[in-house]
Amino acid sequence: MSLRDKLTWAGVVLLGTISFGIVALTRDEPVNAAWLVVAAVCIYFIAYRFYALYITSRAFRVDQTRQTPAWRHNDGLDYVPTNRVVLFGHHFAAIAGAGPLVGPVLAAQMGYLPGTLWILAGVVFAGAVQDMTVLFFSTRRDGRSLGDMIRSEMGPVAGGIAGVGILLICIIVLSVLALVVVNALVGSPWGTFTVFCTIPIALLMGVYSRFIRPGRLAEMSAIGAIMLLAALIGGRSVSETPELAVYFNLPSSTLALLIITYGFVASVLPVWLLLAPRDYLSTFLKIGTILLLAIGIMVVRPDLQMAATTRFVDGSGPVWAGSLFPFLFITIACGAVSGWHALISSGTTPKMIENETQVRLLGYGAMLMESFVAIMAMIAASVIHPGVYFAMNSAAGLVGTDAGHVAQVVSGWGFTVTPDMLTQLAHDVGEKTILSRTGGAPTLAVGMASILSGMIGGKLLMGIWYHFAILFEALFILTTVDAGTRVCRFMIQDLVGNVIPAFKATESWVNNIAGSALACVLWGYFLYQGVIDPFGGIWTLWPLFGTANQMLAAIALTLCTVVLFKMKRERYAWVTIVPTVWLVACTVTAGLEKVFSANPAIGFLSHAAKFSSAVAAGTVLAPAKTVQQMSQIVFNDYVDAGLAAVFAAIVVIMVVYGVAACIRAMGNPRSTALEIDASGAMMGMGDD
Amino acid sequence: MTSLRLVCEVVTQTARLMVGVPDYQTYVLHRQTRHPDKPVMTYEEFFRERQTARYAIGKGRFRGCC
Repeated sequence: MSLRDKLTWAGVVLLGTISFGIVALTRDEPVNAAWLVVAAVCIYFIAYRFYALYITSRAFRVDQTRQTPAWRHNDGLDYVPTNRVVLFGHHFAAIAGAGPLVGPVLAAQMGYLPGTLWILAGVVFAGAVQDMTVLFFSTRRDGRSLGDMIRSEMGPVAGGIAGVGILLICIIVLSVLALVVVNALVGSPWGTFTVFCTIPIALLMGVYSRFIRPGRLAEMSAIGAIMLLAALIGGRSVSETPELAVYFNLPSSTLALLIITYGFVASVLPVWLLLAPRDYLSTFLKIGTILLLAIGIMVVRPDLQMAATTRFVDGSGPVWAGSLFPFLFITIACGAVSGWHALISSGTTPKMIENETQVRLLGYGAMLMESFVAIMAMIAASVIHPGVYFAMNSAAGLVGTDAGHVAQVVSGWGFTVTPDMLTQLAHDVGEKTILSRTGGAPTLAVGMASILSGMIGGKLLMGIWYHFAILFEALFILTTVDAGTRVCRFMIQDLVGNVIPAFKATESWVNNIAGSALACVLWGYFLYQGVIDPFGGIWTLWPLFGTANQMLAAIALTLCTVVLFKMKRERYAWVTIVPTVWLVACTVTAGLEKVFSANPAIGFLSHAAKFSSAVAAGTVLAPAKTVQQMSQIVFNDYVDAGLAAVFAAIVVIMVVYGVAACIRAMGNPRSTALEIDASGAMMGMGDD
Repeated sequence: MTSLRLVCEVVTQTARLMVGVPDYQTYVLHRQTRHPDKPVMTYEEFFRERQTARYAIGKGRFRGCC
């Protein structure tokens, strides 16, 4: 490193330290969001330049002369050596989703500081390391998937268990994300109309790109974007016309059933008609909006209204139940570390990477960017008034439904807010009410609207910006729902096919419909359960989702550790062991607490016990209204408890398999990792 | 001017790859140099093939959740 480089990096460290100090230590006066952005960006640069480089050069010993699968299998289609900038965009678009936007919003109930610290530490030491390591190992194995790698490196039993885990996380992800959309659209004709419009728009785009102007992506996307904008503006007129608004003012149970039906139809129809065009639209909208939000934050530089820490760090918060450890680390999954990315990093990207040395930019770099999205979501949640934040994110079962009552309860928690502020804000964004809009998306939309309207349009465009943000979130969540249902259906077909071989044929229409229906019923069950949950569903289901996602991360990092041991790089294996240990501690503790905690707000079993004893006594406990509802709650509690227990068990079993594999690898003097060598032959066979 | 054109090209390629369509010219060049005796798909065929492949069941194509 030259003297100039040294001075530059010393400057970055100094700037980061000062900004971070201001963010962490300022009390009693609002901190400007710009300090948070500067602190985060400095940390990202330092981590990328030093830690990521240390891992690739020492632990991986990346070999820039080694052929990647893109060259070895070059077919111009799946395997194409691709410019790293282009591939970075592709990889980031594939990993970015709703997770990093929603998690930080929910975590803001403890103040912005705990969540921010976890987002930064998590991404540097866990999330980005996981993404990069999986990408690197998959690149050395012809782009094989995570499941395949677990099977070949850790054995068929471990592979099978991981497969079950992946199916479960898929189901939970789909239901929780769909729930976020339901909660954002319920009782909102404007939002519902706009989101519904995306279906005919997509159908039109599908027909256009199939028959009218085949393959003209830019034209089709431009047409789609213009129509989307028209739908967004038209939505206001619809919401202001009572005769029309009534058709789009739907209760949550109807919305849930509609989304389940949509998921089924979209996954059964030919992809070019509905699924693909929606995907194009949502991908471009997603990237565009993320860039817009980043520009908005830079230009407006809002003050953070939320305190650095709130009284709810003790675990008594209304947004989600549970103490800081382990539940904060479960609530913010994506953005800090996301197991889902291990599936994506072992998907299409390793087949297009030009050179092994680029895993640092693609794996580590793209995840840093994702983490930055999470920081922006945290800022958006923190720029709104804390009283408004809690009024929006506390379920009606906790704070009531009347603005006066809600304001009184929230003010009683120490976040002074007046009923006028709540009704005025609802009016500003063009909604009847913003109370108890749990799930994070509406809060984020209010935050984004206040930032973006500060840049363009002021109060006049607040409603448009709010519904634009809702549309943006709903659109790509629904794209995840339909694409995810297809993936889910395949996994079910594969799993059931082991018993009934005929079910494996993916071409068969009967299998297609049966498999899709089964997938929809599975995630639809949890969605519906969340919708009728008087606590707003997110309160119960989000921790389950977070546990599942972190469980998958723990599994992926265990695999990474095993492979490092098999490569005889155990000296450096601490880079994956440290995050693995942390995630195992978080997921197992969270899983056990969700099952066994004596506090009915946290433990599913104690909650079930409380309700079943009430049933036995013949009393009806709020929020249930009938004895039948009571029994339903008890049943759901047992299902959720079972799921949480399964997650914890899967993690423990995988760790046992991982330790055994590491010990075996230690006993062998040679590398036993099953890599593909320069000639294309498999190495490391026959020793293990 | 040339650098502006290069930026435009990279942005276009990135946007297309984001939705699963790699560069068509690269594909054509690859077929012509490596498999001169085999047929080359037209752009429309290429687009359809890529669109089907992006959502092909069983290829482990997970995307955008978190």
